[in-house]
Amino acid sequence: MNIALFLEMAAEAAPDRIALVCDGRSFSYAQLLAGARGAATLIAQSNAEHVALLDEASEAAVFALFGAALAGVPYVPLNYRLADADLAALLQRITPCLLVGDVARARSLHDDERNMLIARERFTGQAMEAPAIEESDAGLGTAVQLFTSGTTGMPKAAILRHTNLTSYVIGTVDFGSAPEGSAGLVTVPPYHIAGIAALLTSIYSQRKIILLPAFTPEAWLDLVADQRVTNAFVVPTMLARIVDVMDKGHRPDTSSLKAISYGGGKMPLELISLALDLFPETGFTNAYGLTETSSTVALLSPEDHRAAKASNDPMVHARLASVGIPLPTIELEIRDEDGKVLGRDAVGEIYVRGEQVSGEYKEKSALTADGWFPTRDAGYLDRDGYLFLSGRADDVIVRGGENLSPGEIEDVLLTHPAVTDACATGIPSHEWGETVGVALVLSDGNRAPEQEEIQQLVRDRLRSSRVPEQVLFVESLPYNEMGKLLRREVKTWFKR
Amino acid sequence: MKPGTRLKSAVCDTEVMVIRGGEGTVECGGAAMTEDGAKAGEPAADHQNGTLIGKRYVDSGGTVELLCVKAGKGSLALDGTPMATKDSKPLPASD
Repeated sequence: MNIALFLEMAAEAAPDRIALVCDGRSFSYAQLLAGARGAATLIAQSNAEHVALLDEASEAAVFALFGAALAGVPYVPLNYRLADADLAALLQRITPCLLVGDVARARSLHDDERNMLIARERFTGQAMEAPAIEESDAGLGTAVQLFTSGTTGMPKAAILRHTNLTSYVIGTVDFGSAPEGSAGLVTVPPYHIAGIAALLTSIYSQRKIILLPAFTPEAWLDLVADQRVTNAFVVPTMLARIVDVMDKGHRPDTSSLKAISYGGGKMPLELISLALDLFPETGFTNAYGLTETSSTVALLSPEDHRAAKASNDPMVHARLASVGIPLPTIELEIRDEDGKVLGRDAVGEIYVRGEQVSGEYKEKSALTADGWFPTRDAGYLDRDGYLFLSGRADDVIVRGGENLSPGEIEDVLLTHPAVTDACATGIPSHEWGETVGVALVLSDGNRAPEQEEIQQLVRDRLRSSRVPEQVLFVESLPYNEMGKLLRREVKTWFKR
Repeated sequence: MKPGTRLKSAVCDTEVMVIRGGEGTVECGGAAMTEDGAKAGEPAADHQNGTLIGKRYVDSGGTVELLCVKAGKGSLALDGTPMATKDSKPLPASD
C-alpha cells in the first residue's frame, strides 16, 4: 500500500479543509494532493533514483514525500546541519537524484550533471502546475531513506518501506479521528523520523499541520497562541528552552494546548515534572522509537504521567522517567548478550518485532532470522511492563560482570540540588573491567560538592556497585543537535 | 487475497485495501469485488448498508481485514457473511 493513499483519502473525505500552514501560507488537502501528484510527474520525468530534500520544513517537504511515493522513488531528506564534507559524502551516495532546496550548496559540494537541482519555490510552483502522474506506484518498495544521525561512524542509510510506514500509521491512528479545529505544531526537522511520522499521522487523522521551520522557544509559544495549537511534539532540549523562557515571563495564551508529546532523547525528570506544573491542563505523552522502527514503539500516556507524579509509591513515581508500554501492534523483549530473554528489572538490549519495524539498511538488514530488530538501546521492563531506557547498549557499564544502567545512576545524581545535568559512563578498571565515572554540571552559583557527598548520595539510593569512582565537574555536557548525549566523548575525560 | 491488494466494487464506488489477507471472496453490495473494478449493475437490495472511508472491516473469524479507502453504497461481506467495522482503542498522539 502506497503512503500517498493517506493523502488521497484525506483529500477525498475533506478536500477543502486546511491541511497545512507554513509561514502564513495555507494549503487544503486537495491542494497538497495536487502538488504531490504534479511533483510525481516531475520526478518520473527526471529519471532520478532518489528525491532529496536539502531544506527546512515547508510544503515542499510534503510535495516531495508524497510525490516521490507516487512516482515510486525513495525520498531522502538530508540533514542540512551536517558539515560540508559529511553532506558531500551523502550527496555522492544518492546520485543521480532530484534535489529540492539549497541548490548552490548542493552544487558546490557535489557537482554532477546527472543530478537535477531545483530551488524550493521553483519546485512547488512547477509541481502545482504539472499534470498529475498517470499511474501511481503500487507501494511495494522503499518510501523513505533516512541517514541515521549515528553518534559515531559513517551514517547508515535506513530503509523504510511503504509497508512499514502504512502499518505504523494504520496501527496507531484512526482515519479522520482528529477533532475539528485540532492543529499540530511540527518543529522537528524534515530529515528526522518524527518529522516524517508527524506528516503521515497528521494527514491520516486530518489534524491541521502547523510548520515551524526554525525553532526558537519564543516563536513556538507565539505560534501556539496565534494558531490555537492543540498538539505538539518536542525533543527534550526544546522543552527545556520553552520552560526557560516561560520562567522568564514570556507567557502567551497556551490554553489551547491539549497534548504535548516528546521523544528523541532522554527527558530529565526535573524538567518533565516542571513542565507538568507549567501546563496543568495538557496531556503529556512520552514516545520512544527509532528511525528503523518507523517512529514510536512504546509510549507513556498522559494518565501515566499524572499518576506517576502524584504517587507516593516509589515504583509508580519512577515511571515519570519511563518510556511507557509497548504498542499493542508490536512485540518487545529484553535480551542479554547471548540472546536469552531476560525477566523484569534486568537490564539488557531492547529487541522489537512487527510490521512497522524495518531494521533494514541499504547495505544489509539488521534483523535476526526470525524478524527481531536489535535496537542497540539498553533498557529494562518493570513489574507492570513499563519500559525504562538505560542508554545505548554500548553505553551500559559492565562492572565485574554486573550490567549497570547509566540512566539509573544519572537519575539519582540529578536529585542533588546543585546538579543540573549528569552523565555516568564506564571507565576502564583493572579490578572490575569497568567502574563508574560521572560528569556533573552544576547550577549557577553553586560550589562543587565534595566527591564523598556525591558518592554517598548514590550509595544511599542504589547498590554500592553503582557508586562512582571518579567525579568530574564540568561546564556543560556534549549533545548532538537532536539532544542526544554524546557519551563516548564524556568517556574520554576520565583518568585511566 | 494478499495484503496491499486494492479491490473495487462492481456495483458502487467502494474501494478497499487488503490489510490482512486470507481465504475467501470479498463482496460488496452482493457482488464479488475485483482489482479492475469492472461495473456490473447496482447493489443488491439487502446489501446496501454502505461503506465509510477510513473504517476498517473484519470478518467474523477475524482473519481478513480491509481498509475502506473510498466510500460507497454497498455493504461488505466475506463469502456471503457480512463484515463488521473494527473498533480500535485510541492511542494518544505521539508524533
